[in-house]
Amino acid sequence: MPKDVTDVICPFCGTLCDDVVVTVSDDNKTILSVKNACAIGAEKFNHQRLPGRVKRPRMRQPDGTYKEVSYDEAIDWTAKMLVKSRKTLMYGWASTSCQAMSIGHEIAEKVGGIVDNCATVCHGSSLIAIEDVGVPSCTLGEVKNRADRVIFWGCNPAHAHPRHMSRYSIFPRGFFTVKGHKGRKIYCVDCRYTDTAKCADTFIQVQQGFDYELLDAFRTAARGEALPDTVGGVPKEKIYEVVEELKGGRFGIIFFGMGLTHTMGRNHNIDEAICLTRDMNDFTKFVIMAMRGHWNVTGSGQVLGWQYGFPYAVDLSRRDQARHQTGETTSVDLLNRNEVEACFYIATDPGAHFPINAMISSSKKPTVTIDPHINCTTEISDVHIPVAMVGVEVGGCAYRMDNVPIETRKVVEPPEGMLTDEEVLTKINNRVDELLAKGGA
Amino acid sequence: MSEYIIKNGHVFDPVQGIKGDKKDIAVKDGKIVEKVSSSAKVIDAKDKTVMAGALEVHAHVAGPKVNAGRWYRPEDKHFDSHKKPGITRIEGGKSIPTVFKTGYEYARMGFTFAMEAAMPPLYARHVHEEIHDTPIIDEAALPVLGNNWFIMEYLKNNEVENTAAYISWLMRQTKGYGVKVVNPGGTEAWAWGLNCLTIHDPVPYFDITPAEIMTGLMTANEYLGLPHSMHVHQNDLGNPGNYKTTIETLQLAEGVKPKNTFGREQVMHSTHLQFHSYKGTNWGDFESAAKEVMDYVNKQKNITIDTGNVTLDETTTMTADGPFEHHLHGLNHLKWFNVDVELETAAGVVPYIYDPNISVCAKQWCIGLEIALMAKDPMRCFITTDHPNAGPFTRYPRVYSWLMSKKVRDERLNTFKNADKVIGATYLANIDREITLYELAQMTRAGPAKCLGLMKDYGGLKAGMNADIAIYDINPDKFPSDGPAIEKAFGNAAYLFKDGRICVEGGKVVDMGQKKTFWVDAKVPENKQVMHDVREKFLRYYSVNENNYPVPESYAPHQHIITVDATKA
Ligand code: SF4
Ligand SMILES: [Zn+2]
Ligand SMILES: [Zn+2]
Repeated sequence: MPKDVTDVICPFCGTLCDDVVVTVSDDNKTILSVKNACAIGAEKFNHQRLPGRVKRPRMRQPDGTYKEVSYDEAIDWTAKMLVKSRKTLMYGWASTSCQAMSIGHEIAEKVGGIVDNCATVCHGSSLIAIEDVGVPSCTLGEVKNRADRVIFWGCNPAHAHPRHMSRYSIFPRGFFTVKGHKGRKIYCVDCRYTDTAKCADTFIQVQQGFDYELLDAFRTAARGEALPDTVGGVPKEKIYEVVEELKGGRFGIIFFGMGLTHTMGRNHNIDEAICLTRDMNDFTKFVIMAMRGHWNVTGSGQVLGWQYGFPYAVDLSRRDQARHQTGETTSVDLLNRNEVEACFYIATDPGAHFPINAMISSSKKPTVTIDPHINCTTEISDVHIPVAMVGVEVGGCAYRMDNVPIETRKVVEPPEGMLTDEEVLTKINNRVDELLAKGGA
Repeated sequence: MSEYIIKNGHVFDPVQGIKGDKKDIAVKDGKIVEKVSSSAKVIDAKDKTVMAGALEVHAHVAGPKVNAGRWYRPEDKHFDSHKKPGITRIEGGKSIPTVFKTGYEYARMGFTFAMEAAMPPLYARHVHEEIHDTPIIDEAALPVLGNNWFIMEYLKNNEVENTAAYISWLMRQTKGYGVKVVNPGGTEAWAWGLNCLTIHDPVPYFDITPAEIMTGLMTANEYLGLPHSMHVHQNDLGNPGNYKTTIETLQLAEGVKPKNTFGREQVMHSTHLQFHSYKGTNWGDFESAAKEVMDYVNKQKNITIDTGNVTLDETTTMTADGPFEHHLHGLNHLKWFNVDVELETAAGVVPYIYDPNISVCAKQWCIGLEIALMAKDPMRCFITTDHPNAGPFTRYPRVYSWLMSKKVRDERLNTFKNADKVIGATYLANIDREITLYELAQMTRAGPAKCLGLMKDYGGLKAGMNADIAIYDINPDKFPSDGPAIEKAFGNAAYLFKDGRICVEGGKVVDMGQKKTFWVDAKVPENKQVMHDVREKFLRYYSVNENNYPVPESYAPHQHIITVDATKA
């Protein structure tokens, strides 16, 4: 008899929906159907039973082909690579559990690794801004229960976080928001008319690259000071009007995404958006939240935070001190400058996201990738170690975009004999200990 | 397990009334015993001070706001981040140390237990992940309840039993230890950008006052018979003139009787009292109200307090008092972090520099010390820095030096830039008292252990108690007269035993011990109403499902569960 597993946590995006129902086969091996998840979330579950999934580690041969090897062999190779390299980039972590990260950090401390996560190419600029000016925020349930002014700025949840709007930000009825959508005014600020813009009451089209100016104009308007006729392509009347509406609300929130973090101004855009939020608290309640994309990237920042005091790009290569400096200890910069001797990728696909030059640099170094599936990065790796899918075939803690942690659920068995991230990392850690005790690789 | 005998030390143990006499302490199987075999390892404690491991009654050491402080303040790592000798991991941070450093530093100072003072229930899993990663010391966490929707709704109707049943349910979900209240009502008001500055301000929408919330929670706490009492961070923190609200809040305890099987005698623990003992109408005429407040505390036997000593450092303030942090940011304009937590609470973080050249900071420093020095019963007054709010906990040795030596603190007092002004607005210059080693053991060991309901195992050196023992390089007959020497001795325990294992030796960490997570399982009669309300609130208002709310067992692999039975209450 197939059975339903309830309260399942979707393992795809930072929305971390925890109401998914997965029907699994009687033998706990196959996912038969997925309910409540959005299309991209359901797709992630469906990956579990894709034909042709790699079930054992693969090692690249001199002729460029891959040969299946045992876990022990792959782990030994990895441990030796880590011990030999004086500086290893240990990048990824966004699709694995916090428990696995902890073991990874222990290894990094021993071998002098640099631990970085995908914030380095997405919300790193938000983190820099927060390091500069702080951030007034809230949990997603606060938005659902209280928010009556919702701004999406440079983000498109309709595509990137499909259930965000129905679960938290536009449609739900909450304690003080009994009218749901009708009681909220929704704003979308973007240079394009996105599908999120279609859901908004007011669309504000900002000229590309002028977000900073427009945010600044909002602050100016909030203080009742003079504006030029247009700012970033938006007429001043519109700016004054929107600001008055925002002030008239009881609880406002700005959600922002890559449209702010990766356009002209970058961290300064976020800085300005946060300062606008802070200013608005002189008139009403206002908060702001980054639309963290990649599933547990937030968790990586948290674990690095409590263990080393920095949210990403943590350089442990000095072994007695952790360092963090954007531009210096960040992955892309390290690769561009050829500063690492080996690459260790886990639970993320830099091959698909990093600039081409960084990946060319990476491809020339000894590389190990730990990932459930074949991806761009596995194909430039010397060793690919497949693992069970976190949140599907093994549980573990993940952090939502509002930093709320949820222990994810195992819904099906991984393929026979397949190890988890935690198991692989523990074995690597033990092997590293053995090698170090013997004086090196 | 190995046996030890600690010989010839000067023992200070309030539990047995030992005041520095030479006494051998025997250790076996993690406990203190009457005697050990001849094969026991001998620790020579000649000319040294022997006390039980110290207990931290109130600090912010694990969880979302602590971690926000860590990662949004990379500059905090510049002050102090290096690996120290011993078997330690990398250590980082000064006012908000990493979890590794937190465990090591407490251990080096002779501490064996720390209470995380504010756990937002929705973030309990995060708190426990950090506690899990903090080495050596035992820990517990207090869920914050003073702005919780369930609590306010039940107490509005005087439903004490439902309140108690909900607390019991919540403590089980969060692996929580007791009832924490932070700015009752004010933090819920903050969700609309408002506050409750007196204990009679109504909470918006909920139609209840802070006074009613506190009285109700005290009653529910005693109904359950929890090991610890209600633990309160009062309204109107940090404002000139707030001492009247402070005393009014303390008066809520009058007539309330403790009911528990743990030997606890207080019904209210009022934390970081320094921040609540201010006279004056503004920062210009700001004065100490330590005397007024302590006069009340001294005569009201069913309350305990901790000091919240300002250490004159650059630090990171953090509290579930969301409106306060917003207010502080308005004063110092340093970066403001805030998070409002659905149905439950909020938290704010703002860096703060307690500059000795600023007379307000110097007066705060005086007030914190006055509170400890005016306390008639050291078993009811505990030393804290409300870490990291008034300063980092790693400054305890310095705080001890100020309290134990009039000379050391007068040197500090008289060299403030505005010394005359500071002395004129405070009592400290006229206080001669010096805290003795015995009183220190009361204020940092026996007292907090009793207050937390842990006196059976912690805070003393009697046979049968935990072998948590701190040995300091201090000869009581030649007590050091200069500050740095006192600091060095208290900051680098000659030995720290945790559960009978030597974890620190010569100030170096040599063993990670096996830390335990404490929580309280309070049994109550089945309560269909509360379970119905829980279900309803999760379905309609929470952003996580009820089944994903509990802290999984694996987050506290070495849990120590204290069970209380309120089914016959
Ligand atoms: S919105 Fe994100 S978390 Fe929710 S189901 Fe879709 S992909 Fe999964
Ligand atoms: Zn407090
Ligand atoms: Zn506190």
